[in-house]
Amino acid sequence: MKPRAHPAAARRRWLKGAAALAMARSLPGFAAPEMPDIPLLTQLLAGRVPRWERLRLDLPALADNGLAVPLKLALPGPFAPGPSVQAIHLFSEKNPVPEMAVFEFPAPLERIEIDTRVRLAGSQKVVAVAVMSDQTLYAAAGDVIVTIAACLDGS
Amino acid sequence: MADSRVSVPKEARRGEPFEVRISIRHPMETGYRTDESGNHVPRNVIRRFACRYNGAPVLAVRVSSGIAANPYFRFFVTARESGALEFEWVDDAGVRGEARADVAVV
Repeated sequence: MKPRAHPAAARRRWLKGAAALAMARSLPGFAAPEMPDIPLLTQLLAGRVPRWERLRLDLPALADNGLAVPLKLALPGPFAPGPSVQAIHLFSEKNPVPEMAVFEFPAPLERIEIDTRVRLAGSQKVVAVAVMSDQTLYAAAGDVIVTIAACLDGS
Repeated sequence: MADSRVSVPKEARRGEPFEVRISIRHPMETGYRTDESGNHVPRNVIRRFACRYNGAPVLAVRVSSGIAANPYFRFFVTARESGALEFEWVDDAGVRGEARADVAVV
């Protein structure tokens, strides 16, 4: 008689498979956004993996004009007595100058909330990385659809 | 150059952050543009912006052509003592600009 797998073992195997499948299906929801391939960003990260939390990057989902897109950065405190924010780097996936701005905080600020307007050469992902004084990194990303890109090529 | 508009509250409560807004008139030429006669317009952007509160640096920004023309920044500074917020910036042509606003801390 052919030895048969124990029914409980078979069930365990099936459950494991089902669990793995469920995990795999749910993963994209939990997975960190994909980092765009920007050399300066890679250099800043230097192999470290930022935490996709705490830092907020607000951009309109749709921008009519890439010449001036409102952008908001926020990193809620409190900071003291923990690490403070040293800098927030702002990267563009498609601009000819990928590092759009670096906000540096020479002294700890109690409230980190910055508004500015950026130029975007087309629809793309914008990434912000906050560097804390203990070298922890927080990241946030936003996708923008730009209907009229900033005329960076002069055409 | 060097036109700017600054907005800070006249009065701020000690220990609380107050809003600072500044908008600087500057074309932020990207260096990718040609003028009407087809001549290349050289890059000229504000490359550094800084804000000091009673002499102590509170914010510095390394700026690129990715910041829109007539750069605008809004941020928060914690009120400590009555005094001045001083802003300064410099562009690729080496032209400096500055602005100042007073705040009374109550």
